[in-house]
Amino acid sequence: MERQQPRLQRQGLTAIDGAISLIVILLMVQMWLLTAALEALLAGHHETALPAALISGVIFSACWVLFLFVDKIDADVRQR
Amino acid sequence: MMFQRRPSSDPLWTDEFSVETAKERYVTRRQFSKFLVLTSFGMLAGNLWILIRSLRYRPSVYPAIPVARLGEIPVGGVKQFRYPAAEDTCLMVRTGPDRYVAYSQKCTHLSCAVIYSQANNRLECPCHDGYFSVDDGRVLQGPPPRPLPKVMLEQRGDELVAVGLDRNAEL
Repeated sequence: MERQQPRLQRQGLTAIDGAISLIVILLMVQMWLLTAALEALLAGHHETALPAALISGVIFSACWVLFLFVDKIDADVRQR
Repeated sequence: MMFQRRPSSDPLWTDEFSVETAKERYVTRRQFSKFLVLTSFGMLAGNLWILIRSLRYRPSVYPAIPVARLGEIPVGGVKQFRYPAAEDTCLMVRTGPDRYVAYSQKCTHLSCAVIYSQANNRLECPCHDGYFSVDDGRVLQGPPPRPLPKVMLEQRGDELVAVGLDRNAEL
């Protein structure tokens, strides 16, 4: 049982690291989206703002879900 | 005996100044992911601001201002004028006997003033070597991300009148 504890912690840490990596990738996409939307606005292409905002919202939701996942795994590992 | 210091490798002063800097600087993965999600929220807010700006956008109404007389500038010549406001400088180029084009003089990169190069037949930004086509204002080379805004010209009698500004001018 005692030997299982570090293994569980390691698995938890790996899952958290994976989730953080995914969040970072999503952030890079969102950053690109923001710059592209701003560039389009300055160029007078106002029709791109709505899809950009929607996709940005979806990306934020995905980040939020991943954060909840990290939070849950962290709490689980600490409780055991 | 009760007040004796426990054996420790830390220096004695850390007991008296109990500032645990290392622990305070330690950021857990949970805190880091929270920071990343907040950054994501900031970018969503930026996108929403862009959306609000786009929804509130109303096309500008431009005045009609005479800018030159026909034949006032020679073929290959340039005239500077201000349109639509006094602080907006523009360049008019006579590219042929009956052909005049005019563009905003502000480079779309960092707003340096572009100049007409007759030798290369293009508009050039001397700050970062951005080149624009004199035919339609599109970017030929360099860092400018967008074409030059084109001033719409109309011939009224023997006068050339600026009647609008096309900020989306591109191929």
